[in-house]
Amino acid sequence: MFPPLSLRRLVALCRKESLQILRDPSSLLISVALPLVMLVIFGYGLNLDSSRIRVGLVMQDDGGDARGFASQLDGSPYLDVVTGSQAEMTRQLVNGKIRGMVVMASDFSHRGIGPGGEAPFQVITDGAEPNTANFVENYVEGAWRTWQRQRAADHGHASPQAIEVEARFWFNPSAKSRNYLIPGSITIIMTVIGALLTSLVVAREWERGTMEALLATPMRRSEFLLCKILPYYALGITSLLVCVGAAIFVLHVPFRGSLAALLLMGSAFLFSTLGMGLLISTLTRNQFNAAQAALNAAFMPAMMLSGFIYEIRSMPPFVQAVTRLIPARYFVTSMQTLFQAGDVWSVLGSDLVRLTIAAVFFLGMTARKTRRRLD
Amino acid sequence: MFRRILPLVIKELQMLLGDPGGRRLLIMPVVLQLLLFPAAATLEVKNNVLAVLNQDGGAASVELIQRLSLAQAFSKVLRVEGQAGLTAAIEGQEALLAVVFPPDFSRHLETGLNPSVQVILDGRRSNSGQIALGYVNHILETYQRERADAGTAPKPVPIAVRHWFNPNLTYHWFVLPSLVATITTASTLIVTSLSLAREREHGTFDQLLVSPLTPELIMIGKAIPAMLVGTVQGTMILLAGIFIYGVPFQGSAFLLYASMFFYLLALVGFGLFISSICATQQQAFLGVFCFMMPAVLLSGFSAPIENMPEWLQLITWADPLRHFIVVVKGVFLKDMGAMQVAEHTLPLLAIAAATITAAAVSFRRRLA
Repeated sequence: MFPPLSLRRLVALCRKESLQILRDPSSLLISVALPLVMLVIFGYGLNLDSSRIRVGLVMQDDGGDARGFASQLDGSPYLDVVTGSQAEMTRQLVNGKIRGMVVMASDFSHRGIGPGGEAPFQVITDGAEPNTANFVENYVEGAWRTWQRQRAADHGHASPQAIEVEARFWFNPSAKSRNYLIPGSITIIMTVIGALLTSLVVAREWERGTMEALLATPMRRSEFLLCKILPYYALGITSLLVCVGAAIFVLHVPFRGSLAALLLMGSAFLFSTLGMGLLISTLTRNQFNAAQAALNAAFMPAMMLSGFIYEIRSMPPFVQAVTRLIPARYFVTSMQTLFQAGDVWSVLGSDLVRLTIAAVFFLGMTARKTRRRLD
Repeated sequence: MFRRILPLVIKELQMLLGDPGGRRLLIMPVVLQLLLFPAAATLEVKNNVLAVLNQDGGAASVELIQRLSLAQAFSKVLRVEGQAGLTAAIEGQEALLAVVFPPDFSRHLETGLNPSVQVILDGRRSNSGQIALGYVNHILETYQRERADAGTAPKPVPIAVRHWFNPNLTYHWFVLPSLVATITTASTLIVTSLSLAREREHGTFDQLLVSPLTPELIMIGKAIPAMLVGTVQGTMILLAGIFIYGVPFQGSAFLLYASMFFYLLALVGFGLFISSICATQQQAFLGVFCFMMPAVLLSGFSAPIENMPEWLQLITWADPLRHFIVVVKGVFLKDMGAMQVAEHTLPLLAIAAATITAAAVSFRRRLA
């Protein structure tokens, strides 16, 4: 019997693979330039905090109260108010130029705010953007409540009794969506990089016919798989560190975990995503199909189903079950926790177990499907 | 001229559809994404866990907890003991938010003082937290209004809100039209750019060049199959949206397809440009990713464009998805008119013209 793995052969194969990587400048581009560019785009492009929403204001009443409330709206730090006719504002709403409008009834100042009545204005939002529509409603409601209280105080009335709500965001006191979206986007970027790096490597050997040459050597299956993982693992860890470094020092997202925990979680995740790429490559044996499969398997599912933007608990049960199959889901919570809360092992521990299972599954399947035969 | 391109188009389609694996790859991802994404893409908060730390012994807090537990947002109320229990529930992500009733809550409410409750939210999920906080506020307000109805104290006046185009703010109505644009992107780009790169890598590109086809005709021959793939996939999503998900289709199908033609043309332009500067499929694949990730991110699908910094908003003008998503959503939900569709399609035409010209120039240069 031959020994199962020869270190000398493995080193030689890794050397061949590394030389191939270095010869094509695109690999370095993938591991250093791509993560930086993507992180900047994610960092600035993904922002769910609608800081200033453009809303239209239609004044059908010119009375003092109407103008008073209009200036209250105008003073809101969350709203960017433009005034115009109802027809003009409607056109802008259809066009998406404004996200909502406030129509002051013609009897605003007369009707006033008698007890029990409805407010003398109507809020219309652009329902085609549901998240923004919710924010428009909340902001206008806030302005209305403040104005009512002030007006009551001005007229010497008692203001209604109110339960005060003191909201406090732990780990992220100013509730910046950026602070959790950036750690999440690192996961998406790493999923894509992992898939990009390995999904074509086995298919390429088959397509170019070099697989036959490799099969003619005494190379073992384990050596072949390791040489297709180790060099790419090194590249992947580099990109992870580039991403985290850029997030901390360029985008100023606080990082409260430890480097050791980051490397541990990152390695487990990388093995699972590199494994997925290798499996795709092994199954398709054709770069064109491998590219399609990887593009569809890596990017969009990680975007939509990892819980990075969309809350997993809000999804219907069958979709929740599918999210459990996506390793990115577990890396998203680990990254958010590492960045914002620190080494909380009650979260990281269970993530680590799931990521390891995913890595073992993908690499095991790849090993099973790797045949040392031509047909 | 068309007679000369036709054989190339037929050959491309045979290569695409002849291989059962390839055929599955054009259809399966669309079906899977159609099944999963509309259900997944929601920023609503449902079925979450609310932690409650009740230090108050009175009736008011008990009633409020009861009301909170009936809200759709929270399927489970987790009662925690003491600050330590609260910390563990939030830190370990067992609960999205925690409501703390202070010891004198009910007494203050009875005596007419303004009592306070504390809400602790998980900053790792602050958008969901903010939405859930909105629900909590709403429940507290309803409770106060009902209390005031019973008494004589002045009460807050509610506002009247109407959500146009989507009265119940159903997320499906927002997601499905956007998916017509996002899902078709992947295949259209891969089919255009990898098929050219494959000819190069296999050396068959030279054979095409010695045929009577000019480089421009080769480009057209590669563009047509990709646009066919995009149109078929787009139609699948459109039909699923209308008939399976019940999204109302208000506008004109003709306008939508007219705009889709230019959208796909713009995508193909990017695909051709990528393949004109790449030597291998690996590089073309990288190029497709480099284009597609930012294009999806900056399209306004995952986060509103108006939240982006000014310089980034300028860049989004070069993104075909951004323009086409406005059109699909507009035609679907808002019955957008021809003038407005044209207004958003014109940039697509400009992008297509720019990318296709760039691709043609760079092809010619490589051949020279």
